[in-house]
Amino acid sequence: MNTANITWMLAETGIKAFVIVNIILVMASAEVWLERKVCAWIQKRNGPNRVGPFGLLQPFADVVKLFMKEDIIPAAASKNFHRLAPLLSLMMAVAVYAVIPYANYVDVMGHRVYLGIAPNLNIGLLYILAMTTLGVYGITLAGWSSNNKYSLLGGLRSSAQMISYELSMGMALIGVVLVSGTLCLNGVIDKQVGWFWHWNVFCQPIAFIIFTVASFAETNRAPFDLPEAEPELVGGFNTEYSGMKFGMFFLAEYANMATASCFIAILFFGGWQLPFPQEMLGLKDGSVQLALAQFSSFFIKMLLFIFFFIWVRWTVPRFRYDQLMSLGWKILLPLSILNALFTAIAIIVFKL
Amino acid sequence: MDLQFILFFVFGTLAIASASATVLSKNPVVSAMALVFHFCTLACVYFTLNAQFVGALQVLVYAGAIMILVIFVIMLLNLGNEKAFAEKFNYRKGIAIMLGASFIIMLATSFLSKNYITNQMPASSLKNGTVEKIGLDLFTSYIYPFEAIALLLCVAVVGAIILAKKKISH
Amino acid sequence: MIHSVPLEYYLLLSGIIFTIGALGVLTRRNAIIIFMCIELMLNSVNLTLVSFSSFLGDTAGQIFVFFVMAVAAAEATVGLAIVLALFRNQQTIYVDEVNLMKW
Repeated sequence: MNTANITWMLAETGIKAFVIVNIILVMASAEVWLERKVCAWIQKRNGPNRVGPFGLLQPFADVVKLFMKEDIIPAAASKNFHRLAPLLSLMMAVAVYAVIPYANYVDVMGHRVYLGIAPNLNIGLLYILAMTTLGVYGITLAGWSSNNKYSLLGGLRSSAQMISYELSMGMALIGVVLVSGTLCLNGVIDKQVGWFWHWNVFCQPIAFIIFTVASFAETNRAPFDLPEAEPELVGGFNTEYSGMKFGMFFLAEYANMATASCFIAILFFGGWQLPFPQEMLGLKDGSVQLALAQFSSFFIKMLLFIFFFIWVRWTVPRFRYDQLMSLGWKILLPLSILNALFTAIAIIVFKL
Repeated sequence: MDLQFILFFVFGTLAIASASATVLSKNPVVSAMALVFHFCTLACVYFTLNAQFVGALQVLVYAGAIMILVIFVIMLLNLGNEKAFAEKFNYRKGIAIMLGASFIIMLATSFLSKNYITNQMPASSLKNGTVEKIGLDLFTSYIYPFEAIALLLCVAVVGAIILAKKKISH
Repeated sequence: MIHSVPLEYYLLLSGIIFTIGALGVLTRRNAIIIFMCIELMLNSVNLTLVSFSSFLGDTAGQIFVFFVMAVAAAEATVGLAIVLALFRNQQTIYVDEVNLMKW
């Protein structure tokens, strides 16, 4: 690899990474606004409507407020880990976006630029799973380092829950991987080309349901938001956090929700594929217009799932902890193993 | 300097530093977190060897599954700092450190005093690290060891449950 | 043939990590830390296997690493269960205080 190639690669990756990180953070704030508006709509209220038009600037006001707050570290806390935990959480939430493809590619000055930092990574799915498991450390350490029994319980609960549901999530993924024959995210999307009935959700419906339920648990969202169950645990693992450190956990939670939505859209709803064959648009591969169409297709799918996450949060009551564990281990895990088994048998029998 | 060289030296140094932190720190949680970091740096070293699948598994299995379990146990037992580690320098520790140092010196001299070095990697190793190649070999040539490993994991799960469950007194 | 970092450097790195792990096993008293040092040693062996696999152009080494990881996972579950049982019965996990069977 010569120097010019390396320079081009570094410049390209750097620009992409800069843009994507900024979009994630703005998206996370936009999700907070969306969550409050949808929640208000479901509960027949108005929601935020004071700051900016339709209250659109409310999340920025919240961020400013969080910055102004005093940053308290409890005297008996383990200080370094208390500082490290929110960083770790946010870092892992953002790192996942490195492999997500946002559209296919555009040709710029003779170079083929893929839209996404490393969408053709051979181990894309494993990378995402690895980063989400590392995200557990942030929460566990936050719970432990606060030196508070409620925090500790919240942190342990959350990590136990995330580990349990990761299993069924991984097993559900095996069905999708068997159907698409690759772990690379662009490869999975390429297999779902054409009309929308080629999307994986129609040949892997059980995997889709298991995966969606598991991602609710993975992101610690209702109905599985036991780590921050207010009535029993004060505030869960982030009880002792204030100021922008609390804000970082908050951002990480919403970034994770967006990740889960992207992931569902890519694996089961064709990612950036349009719902009809893209030849019908009459645009050639690598043109900016086609990339824009693909990006909007992806973005709309992602927004729909974010809306779904919020909708579930404000309509379904919280599970009890033993119910959560028995759902994960006794229903979802066997079901996902059976799904993988039947998919494998079907592939051999029908020579797919 | 090549990109691969830079990556190897950066991650190799970090790996050695975090391994030393694991052994030297008194607080078990610091040790465990240093080990997690060590596993991640080692995964990066695997990437410089074109072993992508093994690198991803390293993070997924070691950092994601095994170390979470270890941290769980440490938090469950609520261990404090180990007191006697910093005590007087006894002869056993001295012998251990001397043996370790001489082992490293022996390795270094035997590896680096040769008049040739192996710095040519066959081109096939680029393909060997991918999921497809390893999966193919695993389920054809190595299918019996694979089944044996499945059995071992099953036995380990049963054993762990029997060992760790509370005795119910009647 | 691809020009790369010499195999000897990888082996030396692996040897250093192995030595650190072995020193940890010999000098620490906390059973969990001893356990973590064993993981360190296993990992250094994995590094050797992966580097030989890459330099020989053969997948066998990487498949062995896969097996080593599975064994390490099995070892972790059983080992930590033993540590828990030990703590429940003896209220300590320092290996020099567990001397019931010592004569």
